[in-house]
Amino acid sequence: MPALSTSGLARTFMTKNGPVEAVRGIDLTVERGEILGFLGPNGAGKTTTLRMLTTLLAPTGGSATVAGRDLIRDPAGVRLATGYVAQSGGVDPHLSVHEELVTQGRLYRLTKHRARERAEELADALGLTGLLARRTATLSGGQRRRLDLAMGLTHRPQVLFLDEPTTGLDPGSRADLWELVRTLRDTEGTTVLLTTHYLDEADALADRLVIVDRGVVAAEGTPDALKRTHAGSPGASLQDAFLAVTGRTPAPRDTAPLAV
Amino acid sequence: MSPLLTDTALVFGRYARQTLRSRLQMLFGVLMPLLYLVFFGPLLTRLPLAAPGSSWQVLVPGLLLQLALFGASFCGFGIIVEKQYGVVERMRVTPVSRLALLLGRVLRDALLFVFQAVLLVLAALVMGLRAPLGGILAGFAFVAVLAAALASLSYALAMRVRLPQEFGPVINAVTMPSMLLSGLMLPMALAPGWLDALSHVMPLRYLVDAVRAAFTGDYGSPAVLRGALVAAGFTALAMALGARAFRRAAA
Ligand SMILES: Nc1ncnc2c1ncn2[C@@H]1O[C@H](COP(=O)(O)OP(=O)(O)O)[C@@H](O)[C@H]1O
Ligand SMILES: [Mg+2]
Repeated sequence: MPALSTSGLARTFMTKNGPVEAVRGIDLTVERGEILGFLGPNGAGKTTTLRMLTTLLAPTGGSATVAGRDLIRDPAGVRLATGYVAQSGGVDPHLSVHEELVTQGRLYRLTKHRARERAEELADALGLTGLLARRTATLSGGQRRRLDLAMGLTHRPQVLFLDEPTTGLDPGSRADLWELVRTLRDTEGTTVLLTTHYLDEADALADRLVIVDRGVVAAEGTPDALKRTHAGSPGASLQDAFLAVTGRTPAPRDTAPLAV
Repeated sequence: MSPLLTDTALVFGRYARQTLRSRLQMLFGVLMPLLYLVFFGPLLTRLPLAAPGSSWQVLVPGLLLQLALFGASFCGFGIIVEKQYGVVERMRVTPVSRLALLLGRVLRDALLFVFQAVLLVLAALVMGLRAPLGGILAGFAFVAVLAAALASLSYALAMRVRLPQEFGPVINAVTMPSMLLSGLMLPMALAPGWLDALSHVMPLRYLVDAVRAAFTGDYGSPAVLRGALVAAGFTALAMALGARAFRRAAA
């Protein structure tokens, strides 16, 4: 059974200016242990799709199975089996790294003792050990992102969703994060679905790519297959393939308001 | 313990610790009612207030509920900020009970405003308030219930808006008329018929009448029963709306 599959997954937002069809019908299959790159221009519906798959947002159409659990009928089961690192992270800047990690463990219903142990383990694995007493506001961009990742890994999820995990990071921190994601897949067999604006990242990290545009899947395949099919040759750049599929370039949205 | 209780305790602990860390914020809410107590209270001591008991027994119940009204209605601000940090969604992807996300916060709020109410009553005793202990405790109970209800409504609204600027004006537009129309400052018995009639649509009117009766030791008065019933109904409604906001996605 695949780690994740969706069929016609859709979400329409009702706004003051009328309905917004953010996601119009996404069909996806992700195998266990696969790293799937989820690409698309700004506003394509990537974040909305992730928020549906993590039970934050109710779909207005379609269905999905995540880690063997039905998204609509068993949201509690989906929550236990999935981890989510949002575009803007999710830690309180006034609290310490340790406090946030322990609280997260408790929210996943670990005992107090186990939550503390888990905080230490995660800090160890993600290079945060020396930072446990620090307020999260004082962390560097790369450290913050590693903390966000640690929070999402608290309960050893089978499927991990990462929304633009490296946006705004320096190249060194990005490489660190790639390494962490690969290690996770290799040691825990975690399935990873990540969105990114960096096509070099998608090329280097993802086993397979899905390009969404205007709320539907516009193309999918391995990086090489996409280059061959949409840009003419495996030697072409992913950028060319992306442009051919969507008519746009994937500009990072660094100036966007924080996701709410 | 059931997951709801442990989760509520966990959420309560997180926010209670944050409140304890900002001592100034803990005391801030007492400031406005305290000013009324010290600078407005003495004006009433020799006026006929058309109510049983001393002028302090009339004023202090109003100030207690005013404290809850203005304090708890603004609780939603905190969650707007937390939404911007992504804290709310991060919690909503965990298995934590959605109701606990509300109850833990609301419990912190209720305790905070009861704490402030205790300080206010101590100051009032110095100013000259004399009231039976039972009445004062009943007053604290009404403060707790009103604070919980208003905080819950405040969170429900805050979950729907994106920016603090969209939130503040709405709260201001609700709190000021609520204060004036429910006879918090002076009993509505002094009001002309139309104003008195109008004030009966405000749930808060029944609560303040109940606390005033309790402060004179008149526990059997129909006002106390009416106040308790209105408070219970209002709180049930507010909690239902708050719980729904945490179950559904935020804006
Ligand atoms: N809560 C919301 N209410 C209304 N429209 C929304 C909401 N969230 C997202 N949208 C709209 O849905 C579309 C897809 O957004 P999003 O999923 O964030 O795109 P991406 O992550 O691919 O950049 C955009 O047009 C966006 O404005
Ligand atoms: Mg996005």
